[in-house]
Amino acid sequence: MEANGVKSKSRRADSADLSIGPHDTMEQRVSNMNTSSATLVEILRKMMLIRMFEEKIVDVYGVQDMKTPVHLSIGQEAIAVGVCENLETNDYVFTTHRSHGHGLAKGADPGKLYAEFYGRIDGYCKGKGGSMHLSVPEVGIHGTSAIVGGGIPLAVGTALASSMRGDERVSVSFFGDGAVDEGVFHESLNFAALKKLPVVFVCENNFYAVSSPISARQPHDDIARRAEGYNIPGFRLDGNDAIAVYHAAGQAVKRARNKEGPTLLECRTYRWKGHVGPDCDYENGCRPRFELDDWMDRCPIEILKKSLVRTGIMNGIQIQALVGEIHGQLNSALEWAKRSPYPNKSDVFKDVFFKGK
Amino acid sequence: MPWTKIYTDKAEFDTTFSREGLRGITYREAVREALFQILQADERVFLMGEGVDDPGGIFGSTRGLSEKFGKERVMDIPIAENGLTGVAIGAAIAGMKPIFIHMRMDFLPMCMDQIVNHAAKWHYMSGGSVHVPLVIRSIIGRGWGSAAQHSQALQALFLHIPGLKVVMPGTPYDAKGLLFSAVQDGNPIMFIEHRWLYDYTGYVPEEPYSVPIGKGIVRREGRDVTLVALSHMIVEASKAALVLEKEGIDVEIIDPRTVTPMDTQLIIESVKKTGRLVIADVACRTGGVGAEIACRVAESAHSYLRSAVQRINFPDTPTPASPALEEVYYPDSNAIVAAVSSSVNGG
Repeated sequence: MEANGVKSKSRRADSADLSIGPHDTMEQRVSNMNTSSATLVEILRKMMLIRMFEEKIVDVYGVQDMKTPVHLSIGQEAIAVGVCENLETNDYVFTTHRSHGHGLAKGADPGKLYAEFYGRIDGYCKGKGGSMHLSVPEVGIHGTSAIVGGGIPLAVGTALASSMRGDERVSVSFFGDGAVDEGVFHESLNFAALKKLPVVFVCENNFYAVSSPISARQPHDDIARRAEGYNIPGFRLDGNDAIAVYHAAGQAVKRARNKEGPTLLECRTYRWKGHVGPDCDYENGCRPRFELDDWMDRCPIEILKKSLVRTGIMNGIQIQALVGEIHGQLNSALEWAKRSPYPNKSDVFKDVFFKGK
Repeated sequence: MPWTKIYTDKAEFDTTFSREGLRGITYREAVREALFQILQADERVFLMGEGVDDPGGIFGSTRGLSEKFGKERVMDIPIAENGLTGVAIGAAIAGMKPIFIHMRMDFLPMCMDQIVNHAAKWHYMSGGSVHVPLVIRSIIGRGWGSAAQHSQALQALFLHIPGLKVVMPGTPYDAKGLLFSAVQDGNPIMFIEHRWLYDYTGYVPEEPYSVPIGKGIVRREGRDVTLVALSHMIVEASKAALVLEKEGIDVEIIDPRTVTPMDTQLIIESVKKTGRLVIADVACRTGGVGAEIACRVAESAHSYLRSAVQRINFPDTPTPASPALEEVYYPDSNAIVAAVSSSVNGG
């Protein structure tokens, strides 16, 4: 089996123009890019929130009272946060079955997410969606598809609506490398490029669709290059480098808001857990252990933490305080969610059809 | 009531109703007029589909609309049915009211993922927080060797999916009124037309009006047999009723107009009166709309049935091309006469 993404440090050298040169260090990037300290701290806080939110799921999942298939994004947090930190609250985001990180990055409430995962009435979908169908309209997430690639054209559709109405809203579509296998990827990018729609396509390339490696599914793994076929910009990024993602996405969002059309961002990363559930999948031979080890050495949160400490933006005590604060927030959220009642039995028949407002 | 009738011959309509000052237009013109008025009244509405702006204009049903409303609101699109269905859903989620138009119903299987997995489930799955006001027009083809991929009637596939409404107008009056209702409904609506109805004339008021989704109509009152006829089959059923009348059989014709939600009560009330049920659909037999209707009657009114239920359908084969084979394939009023006679005499 090819080691997926393990060589990506050296591959960074051939990245497209948005990427960082091979000799830059993270510290230089942080200081060169004029990102405000407050933004950097917020990016770290949100990444830690996502990580710890999902680690709590790992902790409680064994009890088997959270009866929803969880697709964890541990290891991929930099992309969700790097992209969403550029968005306004009413900008549209369409995500996937692996959506917890995107929801939290866009501003969803952890308690209502947990409540949904527990199947409770206070969940975002009143217990009708579970973990895979996040819907938080107040932060721009208007439903989530768990069909691979299914959400991509929906983001193009909201972008079409923005374009027709002349509003300023940008649409973002998150999807994985598996979605690039699908016909709807082509149909969506073709139409978005044709109509110059305000949409940003963010491919989280973690090199696997469940346990099928990209080498078994696509003729090359250079997903960013597919943008050429649609005559739109495409960039390959280190998806574990939150600052790089933040700046590249910033340019793509600006381009969309200026009505210059769509951009494809390929963010290379790695999912630490198995496709679904709380466990790592090297144990059952799905993926090689050394791949995971290599990527864990490049933990997106550790990379950013170290940089912020070295550049004097945060110190260890402040980071520890942040950890404590998030723990407290998430523990309360989890307890609140568990106290929420189940839906009424008659609710099974509710909301099949919209009946007007 | 003039709007319950359909005229295959415009001259017949003219002699009957023009004297009374009633306007008769074709099914094609009724659809086009509805679209025109809907586009004019609501800026959120736009049409999209392959060739909606071409000179043919979807068998004339969109002719001239792009000139009037522009190519953004009457939008030609890439040949990418599934992806563009997703785009339409996205636009609907964002508050637009797209009408996606397919010249043939056979193109809908290309869109099944977005229709079945997305549009149909979005409201439920989101706990009622998001809805999808989307109308999907499609046209059933027939004849001239259209064959297996240009003449399918697939309403039964959509009947099976919770979250979709399925509408099959059979007259010009219903085509216009149901299209208004469909656009106002707020749910994904499969709006299924029949190419052979396009030239038929009927009474259609000029002003906008709605025909309620979920309400069937008695097209002919009768006491002996309940004949449920869908879409183009109401034409054949009307012909058959005239023949049967001469044989002394009084047929009650019911047009459900909407397959989902189905006006089951209207059918059951009729069966309680007649004691006999014949169902004529424009699609293959197995697992069809007729099977569902028969089952509902069996569940709720079986003791009223005095003879076996009869179904008139296409055979369970793909559609052939040759005119000789088409003749065998498509049932007409004679088949309905035979089925009704059997229901009355053989039951």
